[in-house]
Amino acid sequence: MLPSLGYGILVITLLVTLYSVGIAIYGESQKDAAMIESGRRAMLLTLPLITLASAILIYLLINDRYDVEYVWSVTNRSMPMYLKITAWWGGQPGSLLFWSWLLSMFTSAVTLRKWDRDRDLLPWVLVVTGITLAFFISLNVFFENPFKLIPAGVDIPLDGRGLNPLLRHPGMIIHPPAQYLGFVAFTIPFAFAIAALITGRTDDRWLKITRRWTLWAWLFLSLGLVLGMRWAYDVLGWGGYWGWDPVEIAALMPWLTGTAFLHSVMIQEKRGMLKHWNMILIILTFDLIIFGTFLTRSGVLSSVHAFAESEIGPLFFAFIGFIFVFSFSLLIKRWADLKSETEMKSMLSKEALFLLNNLLFLSLLVISFWGVIFPLLSELFTGSKVTVGPPFYERATGPIWGALILLMGVAPLSAWGHSTVKTLGRSLWKPAIASLIAPIWALAVGITSWVAIGGFTLIALVIAVTIREFWRGARARSRRSGESFFTELWKLMKRDRRRYGGYIVHISMVLIGIGILGIELFQTDTQQHISTGETIELAGYSLEYDRLDQFRHEDGRLITRAELNLSKDGEFIEVLTPRFDLYPDGQPMTIPGVRSTLVDDVYVILVNWEGITAESTPFKLYHNPLVKWVWIGGYVFILGIVVAAWVDDDEEDADKKPHRTRRKRATVQ
Amino acid sequence: MKKINILILLIIVISLFSVGTVAAQGGTDDISDDEVNAIAKQLFCPVCENTPLDVCETQACKQWRELIRLKLSEGWTEPEIKQYFVDNYGARVLSEPPAEGFSLLVYFVPPAIILVGIVVLFRAFKQWKDDDDEINALEAEASSTSTGEATNPDEDYLARFEEEMRKQD
Amino acid sequence: MTEENTPENTAPNRGMPLWIQITVWTVLVALLVVVFMGLIRAREGNVQAGAETESFDFTMPLFEGYYYKDAQEVSLTDLRGKIVVLNFWATWCVPCQQEAAELEEAWRFYEPDGEVIFIGVDYVDTEPEARDYLKEYDITYPNGPDMGTEISQAFRIQGVPETYFLDRDGVVQHVQLGPFRSTDQIKSIVNSLLAE
Repeated sequence: MLPSLGYGILVITLLVTLYSVGIAIYGESQKDAAMIESGRRAMLLTLPLITLASAILIYLLINDRYDVEYVWSVTNRSMPMYLKITAWWGGQPGSLLFWSWLLSMFTSAVTLRKWDRDRDLLPWVLVVTGITLAFFISLNVFFENPFKLIPAGVDIPLDGRGLNPLLRHPGMIIHPPAQYLGFVAFTIPFAFAIAALITGRTDDRWLKITRRWTLWAWLFLSLGLVLGMRWAYDVLGWGGYWGWDPVEIAALMPWLTGTAFLHSVMIQEKRGMLKHWNMILIILTFDLIIFGTFLTRSGVLSSVHAFAESEIGPLFFAFIGFIFVFSFSLLIKRWADLKSETEMKSMLSKEALFLLNNLLFLSLLVISFWGVIFPLLSELFTGSKVTVGPPFYERATGPIWGALILLMGVAPLSAWGHSTVKTLGRSLWKPAIASLIAPIWALAVGITSWVAIGGFTLIALVIAVTIREFWRGARARSRRSGESFFTELWKLMKRDRRRYGGYIVHISMVLIGIGILGIELFQTDTQQHISTGETIELAGYSLEYDRLDQFRHEDGRLITRAELNLSKDGEFIEVLTPRFDLYPDGQPMTIPGVRSTLVDDVYVILVNWEGITAESTPFKLYHNPLVKWVWIGGYVFILGIVVAAWVDDDEEDADKKPHRTRRKRATVQ
Repeated sequence: MKKINILILLIIVISLFSVGTVAAQGGTDDISDDEVNAIAKQLFCPVCENTPLDVCETQACKQWRELIRLKLSEGWTEPEIKQYFVDNYGARVLSEPPAEGFSLLVYFVPPAIILVGIVVLFRAFKQWKDDDDEINALEAEASSTSTGEATNPDEDYLARFEEEMRKQD
Repeated sequence: MTEENTPENTAPNRGMPLWIQITVWTVLVALLVVVFMGLIRAREGNVQAGAETESFDFTMPLFEGYYYKDAQEVSLTDLRGKIVVLNFWATWCVPCQQEAAELEEAWRFYEPDGEVIFIGVDYVDTEPEARDYLKEYDITYPNGPDMGTEISQAFRIQGVPETYFLDRDGVVQHVQLGPFRSTDQIKSIVNSLLAE
């Protein structure tokens, strides 16, 4: 009964959503505010409905209801409670429902805001979000029903199949939700952009309203990527964190345009320029999100992450075609209305450098997109399958990442409207000297790779420039006001959250860069068979093989576990315990033994090439310098966004600004 | 007695030969896992989805790695082994498409598009600058702050504060 | 919102330049077409009964010792006029082992008459292991590696084992996905093709 109820609720939600879209369009054409209000309320109604349907699914999952096909496919009795709940998004149907739930949540949040000043945008925001929501619910209702029962006449299985072991990890709790949050949240700025195009309100209003949405959406998109990297590092046993796999790239592409968008909206706000371009960027971001989702779920591309093939391909394709064509047509229609208000003055001005930033990000996008789509082209045109793998992407994107780091060091020093080589040079020379510490240190330590030296130098430059920005500002203020440096630092950040939050984010990016340079350029590894008592050595570390145990876990797993003593220069550090788990259904999982410091990670796994015995145990040992900085950078990143997006005064209401301005002027005097 | 001596000699000589062949077969033991991995790392599993050959855990991949070991012990070089894999399993085992035929496009299209983007951008810059030089010529006296006009009060403040920064440097 | 320094915008109020429109529409349509074709292909599945194999003009090399009439390679066009049983297998494929004996038995039954030919296509495998496998199951019908996965791509196999039965004109008449249950199962299919 419950499954049918769940399905019924989904059908009702679909109808409610379609009603909301329909009545909003009709109400707008009739200029009937009451109808539009009805549409708004209907959209609000979708949230409790989908929440109820999701709650039912979760109930079925944790109660081992194997008469429901989805429950059988993603859970089994041995899985702990938290994994049964996260199995909600463990398979195609459930994850689509999860997507719809998140979208409904955001749409409701947007519906609940004060619409007084933007009544004209409301119906169209409802229409865009409504159509998107209706699409995702339709996928569940017509093709991938999470409540589908097992075929009639078949006995209810005693146990479920269970989630792929790689997914049975705490990373399952946060990575998919973060990633989906990012994807879904961008629907809102997109909806406002489309509303602005349709209504002809091509001023900054839609940007101001969605500024915070964009920031949070971008936060989650970025977090999703970093968490994915961390999870891969922890469980894949490949000593790696990013494989340029099509699904990874599908998540990266909207991040690239999203980051470009984040920066170039600042130009529109400060200088009234680039309205066309910002429209293009937000449309691209949303289109890429939907396109990426389609690629990973339709079976068109081969990937380790891909969901099983399903029937949703055609409908998804139709939806993509529709939004591509619709958004582009709209853009053409309104192109002339998006006029610039000022012009670019100098090629070193902040706006010019931001444009350069956009060019670089879009170049990364072109490379990624072409690389992802090329195997498909090759197969269609020549019949032969090819793989476009890491060497291609690394070679092509490496220099561009480098240029972006350089830009992060120079752009903060450039001014809006006008900068010359002189003014930039004046601000730049001190941090540039300071950043020379990096190549000196690198050469002293024995690094000869010019890529590494160049990379570290640029990173040092960014850190020097950014810290100096904080320093200068706080110091000047504290001299004026007499208060302590730290108080003024705090006030400084409060006053211009976006700028200083952004600086913190830049620092977090280069910290991640430090980690990536370390592991990409200096990773070493070795694989050896040894017996107990013997030692493997790598990069100055010794791992002494102590013992091997094999036992059966209560959930049926056969666990093979090795203990190794890690030492360096004769001094014992700790015991590492890599494991190899064999699940009852035959699926294996390798868990590394890791010792992680700021300087490097020692990472060892049991290799299951030909079976593991104590006489000849195969180990693979990795030495990953600096990789911890990637995760540290992730934490700093969150801090930066929080600072940038912290809700302060209501920045949407320009009316309040004059008051603040007056207060500020008083302080400066 | 002499016949037995000859027989024993014969047996010893024959066993020496067989030891010789055994030693040749034992050659694969000399190839370390690291050497196999160095090549396997550059190849992709022919049947799995996008999985590098050195980490793939399927039975098929194990066989392929042993094949690499065998070829190495027979003295094959890295390019020869890679070519062997391509001949047997198709171009998709390589980690990037061979630079020939249709696959040349994968290497040429992105730079071409990026180049177009750069050209468009710089022409736009030039256009703006030309327009702007005209305006500047007309407004030579009006402008006093070299840090640029602000379009909102925050920028005004920051512009002033930047002035002060410069004075302090 | 804007001000003093700029005279009303210097950018003319024009629509999107035509060349941009044309370029973007072309790229968009091309992309959608490519993706659509990819989608069809992904859902296509393997070659079905009724398909013609005339265009499958590959020549398959054969393992030494497993030649067809002393020829080191064979192509499907050579075999016109005979019933062809094309079996895709691999040593790392466990279900393939379940049908190995049955296939060999059926082959020995039909070989003397010369009307039917069994061919084993070794999919993405290694030669040493393949030879061991063939010896273990005492296989005698022609066998060879699918170089560059040409043949398996032509038949669009979705996995191993898969067996394709071709009639005398080279048209696929029956497809068996997965291992055969028994030798009789193989025989009944071949007999029905011989009867035509």
